[in-house]
Amino acid sequence: MNAEPAIRQHAISPQPGQKVVEARGLGLTFHTNDGPVQALSNVDLSVARGEFVSFIGPSGCGKTTFLRVIADLEQPTEGAISVNGMSPEEARRARAYGYVFQAAGLFPWRTIEKNVALPLEIMGYSRAERRERVARTLDLVNLTGFERKFPWQLSGGMQQRASIARALAFDADLLLMDEPFGALDEIVRDHLNEQLLQLWARTTKTICFVTHSIPEAVYLSTRIVVMSPRPGRVTDVIESPLPKERPLDIRETPEFLEVAHRVREGLRAGHADD
Amino acid sequence: MTAIAGTVPSTSASPLHRRLAQGKTLPILIVLAALLAIWYAFTVYLNAPWQIDAYERAGTEWTATDLVRDTMAQERPVLPSPHQVVAEIWQTTVGTRLTSKRNLFYHAWITLSSTLLGFGLGTALGILLAVGIVHNRAMDKSVMPWVIASQTIPILAIAPMIIVVLNAIGLSGLLPKALISTYLSFFPIVVGMVKGFRSPEAIQLDLMRTYNASGRQTFFKLRWPAALPYLFTSMKVAVAISLVGAIVGELPTGAVSGLGARLLAGSYYGQTVQIWSALFMAAALAAVLVGIVGVAQRLALARMGGRS
Repeated sequence: MNAEPAIRQHAISPQPGQKVVEARGLGLTFHTNDGPVQALSNVDLSVARGEFVSFIGPSGCGKTTFLRVIADLEQPTEGAISVNGMSPEEARRARAYGYVFQAAGLFPWRTIEKNVALPLEIMGYSRAERRERVARTLDLVNLTGFERKFPWQLSGGMQQRASIARALAFDADLLLMDEPFGALDEIVRDHLNEQLLQLWARTTKTICFVTHSIPEAVYLSTRIVVMSPRPGRVTDVIESPLPKERPLDIRETPEFLEVAHRVREGLRAGHADD
Repeated sequence: MTAIAGTVPSTSASPLHRRLAQGKTLPILIVLAALLAIWYAFTVYLNAPWQIDAYERAGTEWTATDLVRDTMAQERPVLPSPHQVVAEIWQTTVGTRLTSKRNLFYHAWITLSSTLLGFGLGTALGILLAVGIVHNRAMDKSVMPWVIASQTIPILAIAPMIIVVLNAIGLSGLLPKALISTYLSFFPIVVGMVKGFRSPEAIQLDLMRTYNASGRQTFFKLRWPAALPYLFTSMKVAVAISLVGAIVGELPTGAVSGLGARLLAGSYYGQTVQIWSALFMAAALAAVLVGIVGVAQRLALARMGGRS
């Protein structure tokens, strides 16, 4: 699972088997009452196993749409995309990914452990295995002791952690996260970012992470995809030179600030095109 | 009333006094007392013309006190006084054998049984229609207008028809009456459950899709539990109008038992006291039924993590 060197040197991984997501000339046009809206245009991108890729850009740049295309929640109108070498639909049917939405979206009538067990129930895991996996993933997101609580009894940050546990419970190799910490305050967000990195290091998953926060993108990612709107497209792909071990105060180092600067430049360039 | 009003000043610092002053009890009692006062006033006002006539025919001298006393004790008043109604209810419930056809509880039970049957059928029908409407595009487009149209027809017009048609195909007794309750009660259930089944958020439905959940799983794990609060709210409305349906159903059948039959018999013979006591029994029955649904709601939603 250690694809580390490949990630650092190649935007596109050399071994085809190692590619988790591969998009070629991908486009998606929504037909609305106000005419067609080009949400994605000519996106070429691949994500290798073990990468942490952030998608950043202003609203309307198609970052969420791209994630939803990977998840087979939207269907592209042009180009091709494969997930684990399959079509997104096949990948979804094979339960290849866990998806974390902007809101926690926990079922209010289920306790935290029952919420985390939801995908396991649907996928037909045995009762014993469900119990074991729920305990393990809740431990992974530091929610042990809150099994019997209902969602409303937890803070927003804890609810989002529970939703991450729910996405992790069935051990998909790919984690798709759509601005999961967008609605949380700065302190909670820092804390969850740190925990997410630790979790990623422990589980060797591939993570695609949508955000509109530059520090968050730089802090978390091995690669940052900068996107711009009208039409939604990729304007820059930035490899992060930061080490895999990242304490929170890495955000004060010159390397970090330099990457952040490049991302900001990329976002500005995208806007200047308008 | 007077007993309670009398105790208030003498127990000024007691817990009862505090409860009366701070809780809802005192406002409710005040409203109740006002309603009773208005009722008594109207009893005198509405029954007075007949009473004065009667005095004049008999050639008796009368005073205002006589008038007030006698208007509250007529046998067939235009408006019976509250204590007459209470006395009638008492006499026809506690004061009569339970198996007797003159017992109001016996009539209430007849009406209740068809209410419950009709309510059960209406709830089941409403849920089934809602499931169809939510899952089937054709049903969504075609069924709802008919459901709404069905409720624009006055039930009094259609009830005799249902009874006659069902009688023609050999159905009589409890079921035709219950079907009128069903006809009324399925409507709030359909409307509530369509809203309930559609209440899950987009991300919750997307989530089920990412798990590759089947339609069945999405229904039972997401749509059904999400719709339960709506079901209970609809059931409260439905159970009350089921009772109305059952009473209306008793009117055209020429039924000899049931609260509807009591109302009809009362109006034939000018027995206003009997009509009012049947009305109060129906109201009490409705309150009990709605209360039972409310308790079921609280129990079910508490188990589902309700914040109560």
